[in-house]
Amino acid sequence: MATATKPEYEALPDERGHFGPYGGTFVAETLMAPLAELRAAYDHLRADPEFRRELDWTLKHFVGRPSPLYYAERWSQQLGGAKVYLKREDLDHTGAHKINNTVGQALVAKYMGKKRVIAETGAGQHGVASATVAARLGMECVVYMGAEDVERQKSNVFRMKLLGAEVVPVHSGAKTLKDALNEAMRDWVANVDTTYYIIGTVAGPHPYPTMVRDFHCVIGDETREQMLEQEGHLPDALVACVGGGSNAIGLFHPFLEDSGVRMYGVEAGGEGLATGHHGAPLAGGRPGVLHGNRTYLMSDDSGQITATHSISAGLDYPGVGPEHAWLKDMGRVDYATVDDDEALSAFHELTRVEGVMPALETAHAVAYVKKLAPTMRGDQTIVINLSGRGDKDMATVAKFSGEAME
Amino acid sequence: MSRIEARFSELRGSGRTALIPYITAGDPDPGQTVGLLHGLVEAGADVLELGVPFSDPQADGPVIQDACQRALAHHVRLRDVLDMVADFRATDGTTPIVLMGYCNPIEAMGTEAFATRAAEVGVDGVLVVDEPPEESGDLIQALVQRDIDPIFLVAPTTADDRMERICTTARGFVYYVSLKGVTGAAAMPEEEVEAKVAAIRGHTGLPVGVGFGIRDAESAARLGAFADAVVVGSAIVSRIAENQHDADAMRASVGELVGSMRAALDRVA
Repeated sequence: MATATKPEYEALPDERGHFGPYGGTFVAETLMAPLAELRAAYDHLRADPEFRRELDWTLKHFVGRPSPLYYAERWSQQLGGAKVYLKREDLDHTGAHKINNTVGQALVAKYMGKKRVIAETGAGQHGVASATVAARLGMECVVYMGAEDVERQKSNVFRMKLLGAEVVPVHSGAKTLKDALNEAMRDWVANVDTTYYIIGTVAGPHPYPTMVRDFHCVIGDETREQMLEQEGHLPDALVACVGGGSNAIGLFHPFLEDSGVRMYGVEAGGEGLATGHHGAPLAGGRPGVLHGNRTYLMSDDSGQITATHSISAGLDYPGVGPEHAWLKDMGRVDYATVDDDEALSAFHELTRVEGVMPALETAHAVAYVKKLAPTMRGDQTIVINLSGRGDKDMATVAKFSGEAME
Repeated sequence: MSRIEARFSELRGSGRTALIPYITAGDPDPGQTVGLLHGLVEAGADVLELGVPFSDPQADGPVIQDACQRALAHHVRLRDVLDMVADFRATDGTTPIVLMGYCNPIEAMGTEAFATRAAEVGVDGVLVVDEPPEESGDLIQALVQRDIDPIFLVAPTTADDRMERICTTARGFVYYVSLKGVTGAAAMPEEEVEAKVAAIRGHTGLPVGVGFGIRDAESAARLGAFADAVVVGSAIVSRIAENQHDADAMRASVGELVGSMRAALDRVA
């Protein structure tokens, strides 16, 4: 695979959705036609100025873009190294980057004439973001959520219901995000004529990994402009947490061709890689096929998907987007892990020092920067994708900190 | 001539429709599978479909999902399923066996290693639900080199040009998914099924089987009037589930259902 020419990251995936050996369309025959229909619709819309205008208008006036790029001065000084900037996706409408993708896909659904949307959700952020755009466009919305996550994330379940969505608890398998995705796929197979499936991350069959990436690239595009404006040069390092990997790819992708920009994707180390209780398929998994694409997976020797663990429900997923699998193999992005305790401690630190309370998913990226920043010079810069706010995690943080909260 | 081809040509000669029952290997426990397979043959099965358990069976409804979970509780691996086929073959050299499952267990074993062992134990066809022909290049080659038939699905959503491509890749028989939904779902649109089966015949001389949504002898018989084979899964697996703690009752119940389907199919023939 080693060649003298550098890979053209912009050219991927190929027309069948492959990022090198990863990606593709691994679904039952019934879904091949609706996926082809979606590819055709999306290829048309991405080049359509009217669609672009409506999307940009919605991102500005409904989502609240551009999101600020904030220099965390006090925290940077405390870390004693690089200047750390926070890309404030936590300030997007509904509190996380997820909405960039759902507004985009909801517009695709509208142009395709679909009146019903379905989604899977883990922590509930993608479910809330889907219910939000469905409410705005007057669409029926059904959200599949693992029965365990329904228990863990009660306030987001209530938010979705307030927005008019039906939340279906999934009792099959491990009762978490991967099972919610299975169940959403089963719904889609049965209702392909009327239903649009809003996948919440850069996984799934082609064209989802590409389409979801494209909708999140606004994060990296804005960051480039804002860094040039504030610092006069591109950042030296980008850091983002990786579950399925949508916020990370949104920040990274527009910089892939800039060889001076280093990138770090941070997976959930859970109780530690050695324990096997983690959510880090890139660090501790192997290539395989799940949910429509080939990628790194948490699976056992015989190909069964294994249980994952993370303090953050949004990183509690056994797969990862196929483009990340490719970027790992190419060595373009460094993937690291941060365990539950480190993430929790970083959550407290950023909250106290900067008055910015990150989601526990995001806290993994914050924790990694605590290690990275001191190794860099004071004239260098790091951008963290502050992908979501921590309000949804109050109960978890209280529990782990030994405090009562009701 | 492969065992699948031989079996269909024998049935065509006598004007009969093939009955293809499905069970999940290792359900309710690994010790029962080979006995159940022989029981299916005694009750009138022409071809056997043996499911390889997978943790995330996306195309399956709750009945077969639960069967996978029961098998996985006993840690049944693809290698074990192939050993079961070897055991079955020790006393039945003629009934074709088609393995049905998902991509990841095969990838984990390795495509070449899987195909080699499958040929060794006497597997006749392989249907990988989440691997359409576009993604199946290596597997198709590995199977065909060893005279194992790659079986592919055609769905209600499959357009005509695509149907043609699938039919030229498929061997053994073409499996028509009778409804938009997962295995074991509700009523199938029979007129539409009949039209689609006719369309498939326009592209291939291979036998056409119909599955997903066949619950009883009556629905099997109605499909048997125009299909070359009917595949029955969830209805049989439900009987296994209901009787999972009583092996004799389980075999009797499964045998009774398969026998009634056999009789109904033979009445139309």
